[in-house]
Amino acid sequence: MSKTLDARGLSCPQPVLITLDEIKSTGASDLLIIVDNEASKENVSRALTNQGWTVEGVEEDGGDYRIRAKKG
Amino acid sequence: MRIIRMVCRAACRHVMAMQVDRRKGNSIQQGKVDGMKNVFATRWGIIGVGAAIGVLAAALQFFGNPANMGVCVACFVRDVTGAVGLHRAAVVQYMRPEIIGFVLGALGAAMLFREFRPRGGSAPIVRFVLGAFAMIGALVFLGCPWRAMLRLAGGDGNAILGLAGLAVGIWIGTLFLKNGYSLGRAKVFPRAAGWIMPAIMAGFLVLMLINPAPLEGGKSGVLFYSEAGPGAMFAPLIISLAVGLLIGFIAQRSRFCTMGAIRDLILFRQMHLFSGAIALIVFAFIANLAFGQFNPGFEGQPVAHNSHAWNALGMVLAGLAFALAGGCPGRQLFLSGEGDGDAAIFVIGMIAGAAFSHNFGLASSPAGVGPYGIPAVIIGLAVCGIIGLVMKDKAKA
Repeated sequence: MSKTLDARGLSCPQPVLITLDEIKSTGASDLLIIVDNEASKENVSRALTNQGWTVEGVEEDGGDYRIRAKKG
Repeated sequence: MRIIRMVCRAACRHVMAMQVDRRKGNSIQQGKVDGMKNVFATRWGIIGVGAAIGVLAAALQFFGNPANMGVCVACFVRDVTGAVGLHRAAVVQYMRPEIIGFVLGALGAAMLFREFRPRGGSAPIVRFVLGAFAMIGALVFLGCPWRAMLRLAGGDGNAILGLAGLAVGIWIGTLFLKNGYSLGRAKVFPRAAGWIMPAIMAGFLVLMLINPAPLEGGKSGVLFYSEAGPGAMFAPLIISLAVGLLIGFIAQRSRFCTMGAIRDLILFRQMHLFSGAIALIVFAFIANLAFGQFNPGFEGQPVAHNSHAWNALGMVLAGLAFALAGGCPGRQLFLSGEGDGDAAIFVIGMIAGAAFSHNFGLASSPAGVGPYGIPAVIIGLAVCGIIGLVMKDKAKA
């Protein structure tokens, strides 16, 4: 069961900050991050990739982006 | 020229790729959108955008903009403030078409790529105050981060102090961010709300066309035009506007941000935006050499003073305010073009800050720091420090 982070409405750099916090503090191995703009989608995806995570897919859902990512 | 061609070619590829994606995307609205690769958001994309801004800024100087001020978002917003008479510093009044172009170019990019998203409501009054103090700090140094980089690329050694101060201010901002600082979530606004800032800018352009610059400067209808000083130095309207639109477009696509460049480096050890800022400096430097605009030194630099401590501390204030607001002045303009009401409020705050700066004698001049510049920076640092400490997102706690 992957944990969901809701970063909608948050402005740069907070979506990235809460994503990295989650990765570092809980040792989660898969995550679903919801953002509501392209820039946050790109930033979160880039930060995950830099952490050695794999972005498995991004779904667009009524203006939101649901980023599914996995460790490794 | 080569770099401009490269960027244009990349833009065309980008548009074509988007159209293909859109055709495919219609049938799978809910499906994957990974295919929508934004070339401007790649490493080479951001470097290309930084390089283009550097070259275009140097070219604008060649065509008439003030020295080491091809593009300065803080200075130009200040000039716009003067053009509509909100301050009466006679040497810095001009309706800068670059600022209008930034917002409208970003609007165009956002519309074309379906990123126009009217939103806001994330502590607007705090953003207004941050915008005002960001401007006050920037005008003590005499430039926004863009101009700090352009000054460095033009040989102005005083810019090193400004950039160092900027980095310290942003570093303080990252400490607050790590400590849970947040201005809260923005909400989706009615679509029409996103048009307010672009409409204001379009209105400014119309005013400028109705009241064109008199040959000798002075008042033209409702607008003020400087007769001398930096406000009387400008590239032809059509060139300024075209460059503004182009920069607005590519900066919206690439999310170019000079504050973010330093912040992401400190906070995430990430080089992405930073590589764009470095490209701006390097390419502006090369272009300045080509145009014969490189004059190294600390003394007698154009529209600059060499009071080292206040060059640095002015930018500490500006950097902290940008970091707390989430973007440098340029980025705030581009976001306002995307319909971001919070960024628009920051811009209005910058206009108010510019008016205070010149009406109260807070702004520096080539003669040195203004009579009340020092207390203004100290008050600004205290206010931004308190904002950084007390603003937390309740939902997150």
